[in-house]
Amino acid sequence: MLIDKDTAARVARLARISVPEQELTDLADQLSNIIGFMEQLNEVDVENVDPMTSVTPTLLKQRPDLINDGNQQEKILSNAPDSREGFFAVPKVVE
Amino acid sequence: MENFAKLTISEARDKLRNKELTSLEITESCLVSIGQSKSLNAFSISTPDLALEQAKNADKRIALGEAPSMCGIPIGIKDLFCTKGVQTQAASRILDGFKPEYESTVTQNLWDDGAIMLGKLNMDEFAMGSSNETSIYGAAINPWRGGNSEVPLTPGGSSGGSAAAVAADLCLAATGTDTGGSIRQPAAFTGTVGIKPTYGRVSRWGVVAFASSLDQAGPMTKSVRDASIMLEAMASHDDKDSTSSNFEVPNFEAALTGNIKGKKIGLPKEYRMDGMPPEIEKLWTQGAEMLKDSGAIVVDVNLPHTKYALPVYYVLAPAEASSNLARYDGVRYGHRATLKAGDNIDEMYSNTRAEGFGKEVQRRIMIGTYVLSAGFYDAYYRKAQRVRTLIKRDFDEVFANGVDAILTPTTPSAAFPIGEMNDKNPIEMYLNDIFTVTVNLAGLPGISVPAGLDNNGLPLGLQLIGRPWEEAELLNTAFVLENALQFSEKPQNWWSNS
Repeated sequence: MLIDKDTAARVARLARISVPEQELTDLADQLSNIIGFMEQLNEVDVENVDPMTSVTPTLLKQRPDLINDGNQQEKILSNAPDSREGFFAVPKVVE
Repeated sequence: MENFAKLTISEARDKLRNKELTSLEITESCLVSIGQSKSLNAFSISTPDLALEQAKNADKRIALGEAPSMCGIPIGIKDLFCTKGVQTQAASRILDGFKPEYESTVTQNLWDDGAIMLGKLNMDEFAMGSSNETSIYGAAINPWRGGNSEVPLTPGGSSGGSAAAVAADLCLAATGTDTGGSIRQPAAFTGTVGIKPTYGRVSRWGVVAFASSLDQAGPMTKSVRDASIMLEAMASHDDKDSTSSNFEVPNFEAALTGNIKGKKIGLPKEYRMDGMPPEIEKLWTQGAEMLKDSGAIVVDVNLPHTKYALPVYYVLAPAEASSNLARYDGVRYGHRATLKAGDNIDEMYSNTRAEGFGKEVQRRIMIGTYVLSAGFYDAYYRKAQRVRTLIKRDFDEVFANGVDAILTPTTPSAAFPIGEMNDKNPIEMYLNDIFTVTVNLAGLPGISVPAGLDNNGLPLGLQLIGRPWEEAELLNTAFVLENALQFSEKPQNWWSNS
């Protein structure tokens, strides 16, 4: 098993997805299966091969660092599940 | 009333310009067809009021003369594109009720040209799937059926609703997006044409992100000519997408000369898979013969790292997805889990994401999280990025040897029944992308053209892969292949309930 139950629980926590305790074994199985499929990459010799960071060999463009948008508070909040006094509202973060 | 929804874009354009038809007539025809197509589940929402208003405006513009080709053409939009004021959910519960305050660049380009929006199209959740079954709206159904069977088949995915809608003549064309084959595989499964352009040809701004280094939008149409017209309208340089190219967008339709004399077409032997149905093998050979008869030179080529494309993809795409989908936290938009007294913000995140994401999306986020986590980053993510370099190098070498395009099957099978993959492990589903995913990894343009029917009467597609930024030439080769194949079959209409 590449991924055991504890690792599955850790990954779920890192991903901020709550997974019920009784589903963790199943999840570990599924993740192991997929990660196992990727193991074939170990056959490939990548000595002196650079990792691809951009598929098209062009430099990222630059632009002047100017404000070109803004003043859209109402629009930005229009889809929020909860907003108050012009802010997104969430449960208490700092005790 | 005649059904004008059956028209192609080019036929409709010519009739609009000759004043034989109005956009309003074509649009009304499409809306009737959509209303009768509930059993296909292709549209997640239709926008008739908007469509009729746009059609009236398009008719005025056409009357003034010199309207663009897309003016007055009714199309469907994949639910992945943000459309201002119109429900955009990426077929996910987590974007429940989301109405963007802005328009994606691709759809804005289409509206600027006068195209008509009929509604939003079904898809796999966040474009993660090959059968449209991961959608919160339920699966879209393929208008094609095998033989006399009534078993519902998948239209493919993730752009399943787009493919079903075009094949069933609910619209003249549709937008799709393609991260690992999500335009080309559904096109092959439904007897339609779909092109994924070169990475950077089309702006990604306002398209809900899945794997940003692979995602490209493209048209899904009834002919290669239509794909040329619509791709030109969709493509543009865009300051809002830093990877959008500032190469000029050519007149793709003008490139359809039908002349491919002396062009070199490569057949990669690595795509000859064990267990590939003989009908696919036969169509592939036949396609190569047809291109040869049209004056092309057909040569064998090697793409030795092909077998590693799927594992590379299923490291990189989930890794990018886990980052992109981190934004769905129940704070700014979409679904938020109901909180119990005393729940803290972490519980809000975790419960929201557990309720909002479907199983396949959760699985991919967690795979991505794992391969990016400390201790595994080099072994999986960085390794996959290096093998990706080798996959691209395979193509670079083939093109450097003078090959102009590569011909392959689009998919290893025809459309399969809805539910067939339920009990299988996810990798079985991933194998659908085996011939298409290399193209995304190498950032190349690829097009699927309907090639023929299998023994059950189901469509199969052939894929042509072109050099980067040479969509014009690729479309011309596809145009020659389309003319030679003469595919004109349509699905029998079983879905209309009028």
